[in-house]
Parts: sequence; C-alpha cells; structure tokens
Amino acid sequence: MRVLRIAFQAVFLVAVVGFLLYLIDNVIYNLERLGFPTGFDYLSQQAGFAIPDSDFRSTQSLGDALIVGFQNTLKVSLLGIVLATILGVVIGVARLSTNWLVRRGAALYVETFRNIPVLLIILFWYLGVIIRLPPIRDAVELLDVIAISNRGIVVPWFDKIGAGVAFGLIALVAVVAAVAVWFWRTRRFDRTGEPHRRLLWSGGVLLLLLTVGYVLGGRPWTVDTPEVGALSTSGGFRLAPEYAALLVALALYTASHIAEIVRGSILSVPRGQSEAADAVGLSGFQRLRHVVLPQAFRISIPPISNQYLNLAKNSSLGVAISYYEATKVTQVSIAQSAPAVQAIVLLMGIYLSISLSIALVTNLVNRRLTLKGRR
Amino acid sequence: MATQIDTLEPIPEPERPPARRKLSPREWMRENLFGSTLDSILTVVFGLLLAWVVYRVGRFVFVDARWEVVERNITNLMVGGFPREELWRLWAALFVLAAVLGFGAGAIGVQRRREVREGRAKPLGKGGVRRLGPLILLVGVLLWFASSVEALLLVLAISAVGVVTNLLGRRTPQRVERYVPLLVLAGVVVAFLVVTAFGGVGWSRWGGFLLTIFLAVAAILLSFPFGVLLALGRRSTFPAVRAVCVAYIELFRGVPLITILFMAFFMIGFFLPEGVSAPSLVARAIIGFVLFTAAYVAEIVRGGLQSVPTGQIEAAQALGLSPFRITMRIVLPQALRAVIPGLVGQFISLYKDTSLVFILGLTELLAVAQNITKQPDFLAQGLFVETLVFASLIYWTGSYWMSRESQRLERRLGLGER
Repeated sequence: MRVLRIAFQAVFLVAVVGFLLYLIDNVIYNLERLGFPTGFDYLSQQAGFAIPDSDFRSTQSLGDALIVGFQNTLKVSLLGIVLATILGVVIGVARLSTNWLVRRGAALYVETFRNIPVLLIILFWYLGVIIRLPPIRDAVELLDVIAISNRGIVVPWFDKIGAGVAFGLIALVAVVAAVAVWFWRTRRFDRTGEPHRRLLWSGGVLLLLLTVGYVLGGRPWTVDTPEVGALSTSGGFRLAPEYAALLVALALYTASHIAEIVRGSILSVPRGQSEAADAVGLSGFQRLRHVVLPQAFRISIPPISNQYLNLAKNSSLGVAISYYEATKVTQVSIAQSAPAVQAIVLLMGIYLSISLSIALVTNLVNRRLTLKGRR
Repeated sequence: MATQIDTLEPIPEPERPPARRKLSPREWMRENLFGSTLDSILTVVFGLLLAWVVYRVGRFVFVDARWEVVERNITNLMVGGFPREELWRLWAALFVLAAVLGFGAGAIGVQRRREVREGRAKPLGKGGVRRLGPLILLVGVLLWFASSVEALLLVLAISAVGVVTNLLGRRTPQRVERYVPLLVLAGVVVAFLVVTAFGGVGWSRWGGFLLTIFLAVAAILLSFPFGVLLALGRRSTFPAVRAVCVAYIELFRGVPLITILFMAFFMIGFFLPEGVSAPSLVARAIIGFVLFTAAYVAEIVRGGLQSVPTGQIEAAQALGLSPFRITMRIVLPQALRAVIPGLVGQFISLYKDTSLVFILGLTELLAVAQNITKQPDFLAQGLFVETLVFASLIYWTGSYWMSRESQRLERRLGLGER
C-alpha cells in the first residue's frame, strides 16, 4: 500500500514538473526565436524613460527603475494602510453608534465604497477631482499652510538648516529616557495599583527633552511652508497628483472594508462582557476602551491583515493613472522592449515578497495575542 | 389551536420578547438623535455634512451633468461593438433567461414559503418587489437613458414572462426543486446559443456591460471545478499533491490580479509551442480570471470541507464506501452547501474585478465609458466623470443587490449562527 502511495506521488510530481518544464522550454524557445534575451541581464540596460517625482534619470538601468517602482509601491501602501486603519476604525465604531444619523451615515459610506470597483474609485479621484483642481496660479491654500492645485498637494515639511548632530544625540537620550520612564511607571503600577498614565509620562518626557535638544542644538530644523509661485510651488513637501489620488482612493476603499470587519468583531464580543462592564459601573467609553475593543482587536487581526494585503495588491492599479509603482514600471519596461516573461515574473516576485512579509508580521502578532489554551 | 397528541394539552406558544413601545416621531428623535449633549452635537455636525454631500451630489446628477454622452451611447455601453442588426438575439436570450430564472426562483422556495405561511418558520425579510429594488432602479435608469418605447415594451414583456414563470414555479410540486439548478444551467446554455449559434455573434465580439457579465460568469463557472480540485488536493494525504496545491494557491493569492492578467496577456504567446496561434484577447482575459479565481475558490471550499464533521467521514468509512464515493456523495455536497455565500461573495468580487481588463484594452463597460468621451462630439469636455458615474451605478446596483441576496441566503441556510 505504501509503495502504491509513493508511486502515485512520484507519478504526480513527474507529471506536474514535466508540465512546468515543458512550459519553460516553450518560453525559452520562443524568446530565442523572437530575439529576446532569456536571462535577467536585461536589467542592466538603460531604461530610456524617466520617472516623475524622483531622481531617476533615463540613463539609469531598468533594474534601478524597478527598485524605484518598488519604493513607490511601499510609499503608497504603508501610508495607505495607516490612513485606512484610522478611518476604518472610526467608521466601524460609528456604525454601532446610538445616534441614528451617525449610524446611517457610516452605513451609507460603507455600502457605497464596498460595492464599487477600486479602479473606478481611483479613476474618479484622479480624473474627476485632482485634475480638476485649480492650476498653480489659483491654488487653494488651506489654513494658509497647505497648497492644493492640479500639480499636487503641498504640505509644510521640515527643512534642515544646521548640523543636526547635537540634536541627534539629545534625541537619542530623549528616546532612552522615555522608554525608561515607561517601564518605571509600569512597575509602579504593578506595585501600587495607581493609574500609570505611562503614555502621558513617556510622551511628556520625550517632548520635553526633544524641545530642550532643539533649542540647545541651535535650532537645526525649521518648518518650510509652501510658497505658491506663478508656475510652481517651492518649499514644503509635494504629494504628486497621481500619488495623492491613489492614496486617497485606496484609503477610502480599504477603510470601508476595515469598517465592516471592525463592526463584525465588536459585535462578536459576547454581550455578557458589555453587560458585566455596565454592571461594574464603567461608562460607555470606558467599556469600549477596556472591555470591548481589546477583545474585538484580537478577533479582527486576521481579516484586517488580509485587507492590508489587498491594499498592497491594489496599489498595482496605479498603472491606470501613471503612478510609477512597480506594475507601471514593468508595463513601461515591456513597452520599451524588455522581455515580458522575465519582467512579469520579477513583478510577481515583488508582490509575493510583500505578501509574505505581511503574513509573517500577522502571524507574529497573532501568536502573541492568542489566549492561552486556544489555537 | 394545535394540541399535543398524547396529553391533549395545548402546545405552549413560544415566548416572545416584550413588545417595544412604538415611539412617536418626537420621542424617536429625542432618543436617537439628541440623547445627550455629545449626541446632539454629532447630529448637528453630521446632519450638516450629510446635507451638503446630498446637495452636491444631487446638484451634479440633476443639474450640472451633461448626460447626453450617456444617452447617445447607451447601446455602446451595454453591448460595445455588438452588431446592431443582431441585437434581437440578445433580447431573445433575455426572454429565455427571464423564463428560466423566474421559474427557478418560484420553484425553489416552495417548501419554505409553505412553512412561513403556516407560521412554522420566520420570514427572512422583505420579500417580493422590495427584493428587486436595486435591479428595478438600474433598469429604470437604463430605460430612461435609452428613451425608446420599444425598449420599454420589451423590458415589460420580459418582466411579464418572469412573473408568469415565477407563479408557475410556485405551483410545482416540491420534488421538482432538485432539478432547478440543472434547469437554470440549461437555460443559460440555451441563451448563450441563441446569441452565438446559427450565424450569431461569437463572444470575442461582445463588449460593454455584456462583456462584463460574460467574463464574470464564465470565470466563476470555469474556475469552480478547478478550485474544488485544488481544495481537495490541498487536504490530500499525499504530501506531494498537497505541496503543489498549496504552492499554486499561495502564488495566485499573493499577487495582484492585474499581474496575472498581464501574464495572461503578454506571456501566453510564449507558453505555446510554435505554430499554435495565441488565443483571442477575451480568451486570455478569461484564462487569467480563471487562474486567479480558482485559488480563491479553493480557499473558500477548503473552509467548507473543514466544516464537515469528521464523524460523517468515519461513518461513511464504517459503511465501506470508497474514498471517492465518500468525497463525492458525503463530503462535497455538505461542504459546497456551506460555502454558497462565500462563493457568491467571490462572484461579486469578480464582477467588480472585470473592470481591470480596461487596463489591457478590452472594451468592457469601463473602457467603453472612457472611449465614448473621445468621440468627436464629446471630445475634451471632461465628460469622463459623467460616464464614470454611470458605470459606477451599474457596478454598484449589481453588487449591492447580490450582497443583499447573499445575506438573505446566509440567513436562510442558518449559517453564521453559533
């Protein structure tokens, strides 16, 4: 019987591997036949295209272009994840509010964004909003510090004007001190039961020392506010229109999914917990913060990490609005006669590595948070 | 009143929760909108925000927007480049589908409807016309844009056919219920043949909304057996089989759909031996969607397989059934029944994901929406927002309706109740 099992598996493997080899063989044959290179050496060729909003020159290699694309993917994914989570949690909790208007408004938001394809949302934000913003001359200035025009959104940013060494050292000391204060307050709480307020203490110490360091270090940073000129803006930090559109669209879309997950996870906390919290005398907000949300958080981690993964994968739709993330770079490379097979395989490899990283982090967090005695 | 047979005592009525007092409008507002100071502030702020949004949207839809581009291109949006002289085939196919689906909808709920009537089961929610709300909205909007009496009459006739067959279906005896899925499938095949066979229009010439639906339906149908096989393979006791299945599933779930479509579009030619011509664009899109969907279907079905109690398998083994028989007769029917809502969810995602072929040049709904803004009459007027909103409406109503039906189905199957 065992021999049969092993024999069957051997045959199966041979069939699968044989099929894959046949495909690869065809690929190599066709590549050679059509004059394409078959290795990955094409990556050192000149790119022949420039990437906007970066220092990438068209004389740099295709490999470098792909790296810049990968960085852009990460830029939009990471910030998108942060924004989507904040918005999603707020709306998810709003869905359960006692206020009818808030509840219905949140439901309206979720039902709208969940049922429309991401691509349409991205196109809408890019072609319907960002492009229609006023040109630079008539840029809208929010609160006099943020400039919005069809060339992008410019926000104030830090500008380094002095040597930051002294400040850097003091900043390091500040961080260490903050961590030490955190542990001190936690230990004190364990001993005496007084509220630790460690966030306030740590944060306060950090801010205090950073301010001291800033002053003593000779004020090495200033805040650079954007100046609106006739043809362009100077100063500040510019979010390109493509980036802004993609970011906003992804955040809004993913937030609607996260809101549903948050709502589901809050609802799945047994009602007895809320009732017990009420019986003990906690206010509504305390009940949320100390009883419901921690338990809901644990339940919601796998689905939410799945949404993070979806956001990273949906960033590939930047190709539709010419945001130069990995997929767009690949598409342009193929148009510049890079071999399609290798380019797409590399692209898939990039996304697989992102998936794997997110899955690893999720597993780690999950393992640390699972209750004893449950899988 | 019914009585228990052996003791002739009345069956106790099930306990109902205490009835809630109906609140007058003023009381309701006080409780739900102005319950506390914070509540009142929220209501005011939110109310203003919502009112502003509604105003802006309403102003856009009814006043500012120039819908002419949609009106003149409604046929384009619906069927793309489908030859206009063969459109009657599509209408005929719609009649067939209405008949079959109406009958199926009527026949399927026979037992349940009887139970609800006799008070033995709870109704699932608003029935009848309210269920079709989003669809009616969509059809209404489409008809309004079409502004053709002919179209209106045809739609009314199709609806009439649907209603009549529904009533017929409700009258059928319950044992017909088993064959309804088969009947629906046969109807779909007949409708497909009406359009394509006998000098009809092959699916590589379809476009617009028709192509969207075709891609989604073809992908889910073709990926289904593939996905089930992958799910079974993933649970196999052979490590080699399991490794291969896991590798496939993780690969195709870990990459974005657009990369798989790129692969299907650009790489398929390279995989084929010399002399075999590359498949058409639509075929490549379907291949890409099938490869992608199969991995997701596999994960969904795997969940269903895990939910079948092992006692079932052990009992079947005790009875001496072969592994094949066990899988086919015992495990799969229960597993698939459990994951129907999940599969519907996947279909909804697929319905929305077909918009991605826009990037590759296929003329489905979104691509047509963009192309018509490039017509000489409408060029460079920024009309893409209008067409985009129209396309969004179509996607939204389809998706929303299917989600609602899926939730109903979940409640009916009693899933998700612990």
